[in-house]
Amino acid sequence: MLVRILFAAVAAFPIVFMLVSSLKPDTQIFGDMSSVAAFLPVGNISFDNYAAVFDRVPAARFLVNSIGISAVTVVLGIFINSLCAFALSRMEVRGKRVVFTVILATLIVPFQTLALPLVWWVNQLPYFELNGFSLEISKGWLDTYQVQIIPFIANAFSIYLYHQYFESIPKELDEAARIDGAGWFKIYRQVVMPLAGPATATVAILTFLPAWNSYLWPLMVVQSEELRPVMIGIQYFFQLNVSWGEVMAYASLITVPVVVLFIAFQRSFINSIASSGVKG
Amino acid sequence: MTTSPLATRPRPAATTPAPLPSAPHRRRAGFLREQISGWGMIAPAALLLLLFVFLPAVLGFGLAFTNARLISPRPVEFVGTDNFARLFADPTFWRALLNVTYFAVVVVPVQSALALAMALLINKKFRGVNFFRTVYFLPVVTSMVVVSLLWLFMYRKDGLINELLSTFSFGLIQGADWLNDPATAMPAIIALSIWQAAGFHMIIWLAGLQSISGELYEAAQLDGASRWHQFRYVTWPGLKHTRSLVLVTITIQALGLFDQVSVMTQGGPLDSTTTIIYEAVRSGFKQQETSYASAISLVFFVLVLLISAVQRYLTREKD
Repeated sequence: MLVRILFAAVAAFPIVFMLVSSLKPDTQIFGDMSSVAAFLPVGNISFDNYAAVFDRVPAARFLVNSIGISAVTVVLGIFINSLCAFALSRMEVRGKRVVFTVILATLIVPFQTLALPLVWWVNQLPYFELNGFSLEISKGWLDTYQVQIIPFIANAFSIYLYHQYFESIPKELDEAARIDGAGWFKIYRQVVMPLAGPATATVAILTFLPAWNSYLWPLMVVQSEELRPVMIGIQYFFQLNVSWGEVMAYASLITVPVVVLFIAFQRSFINSIASSGVKG
Repeated sequence: MTTSPLATRPRPAATTPAPLPSAPHRRRAGFLREQISGWGMIAPAALLLLLFVFLPAVLGFGLAFTNARLISPRPVEFVGTDNFARLFADPTFWRALLNVTYFAVVVVPVQSALALAMALLINKKFRGVNFFRTVYFLPVVTSMVVVSLLWLFMYRKDGLINELLSTFSFGLIQGADWLNDPATAMPAIIALSIWQAAGFHMIIWLAGLQSISGELYEAAQLDGASRWHQFRYVTWPGLKHTRSLVLVTITIQALGLFDQVSVMTQGGPLDSTTTIIYEAVRSGFKQQETSYASAISLVFFVLVLLISAVQRYLTREKD
């Protein structure tokens, strides 16, 4: 138990320091540094730094953008990747081995190596817009919402996780459902997916985090302030005089929603493992 | 199990065992339907991966042999291996390679071991397991950009890290100016990287641990196996697939080091923290030399392929 607590202390201390410092004026942050007060909300505590953050950057807009972008990426990602993994794992599709191998091979290409050709490439893609009754076609996805969403929906790692999980669900369930006359999509939706809660929770978390945290990509493809996600907001704090209290307040502001969401997901993660009876 | 709606429904096939009419024909129709539905299910993800991973990767490969710039009025020309000749003659590139190797050699074993230790610590049910699980994963849900900012602040000469070191050593250790000293900048980045990412791999280990049947442990306990023997003969073999996955992902992530360097040191001091990807982004985005950046990316990609091939060979199933 002592080891567990030690690990927990190491994992938590910088985050506690960040949250606590966000409530203090700069002079006190440095004054408290050499004592345990650095981790305690004591002294001159206020939300002044947070008020200053909303004055300095359009933080509300950035938050709404990031929430929207992440939510759409997660929902579509869960659907498309699990569907793909379902066919690869549980159906006798000709050529599926090749497809799965190729999909896994894409895991080996890190995003950073793709980023630069991808910027060029998304700028060549057509963009369809329904304007009233007329369909307008324009070129280039730069500076849009979809350039922040669509390239990140399909994910080889999500497919891999679902595939692993689907392999552990007995195939006899599919056969029983097929004898009952269920089609493949019905088996996917009513037999396999309800049992794949833990995999879905994991995929949701692992899709949401990079979507919320993306920095390099929006930096290169988004120019308009009203389309920017939260991480880009950090730049605003180093433009004039740096106030570390404000930096810590903004850092807390964009971290706390994720932590809250994770704790909610964590509960469903554990519950679904317990209730779906994976272990038999 | 949650399949009750299907399981409780009466099964006409079982109650009326009449011979199926023209079985081969039915099988062929079913086969065709399976092919069509299967490909229909694979297609959305496969097409998106093709469009946004495969094609850009191939494109990057091609651009590496041209003189393409991000924005340029000149037409793109084939220049052969000029970019590679320039790259291999660049001492900064070799320095970046060395830095990334240093980073990976420390991070891969330390981080995977710590992540496994954390997963083992919270695998069993006990009071407060949810609390520890959540706390261990906290650094992962904190963005690397935020983490880098936070540690940038903590690594200052008058920052929290030095204050903690001084307090716990009763004033014996006088802290370094971590990020501004070529000797300590990389170790500082290594420490924060492990701190941030260990929880992620803990989750992967945990998924592997929980796929191991509890009956195996019960059987081992009945046989009087010690905790070490349970780990050695049940847990470790049961983690075979997870193990290679964790090793490969940590290595690739380590080689792809970028965010921390970009926020904290910009490759400095004296190129002591520059990385391959940082050099690629610096030349590709800041200097707009798409072709040179593509050449770096290609070398990086070959390196990643080589290392995962070696790793896969080393962790292969030994018959």
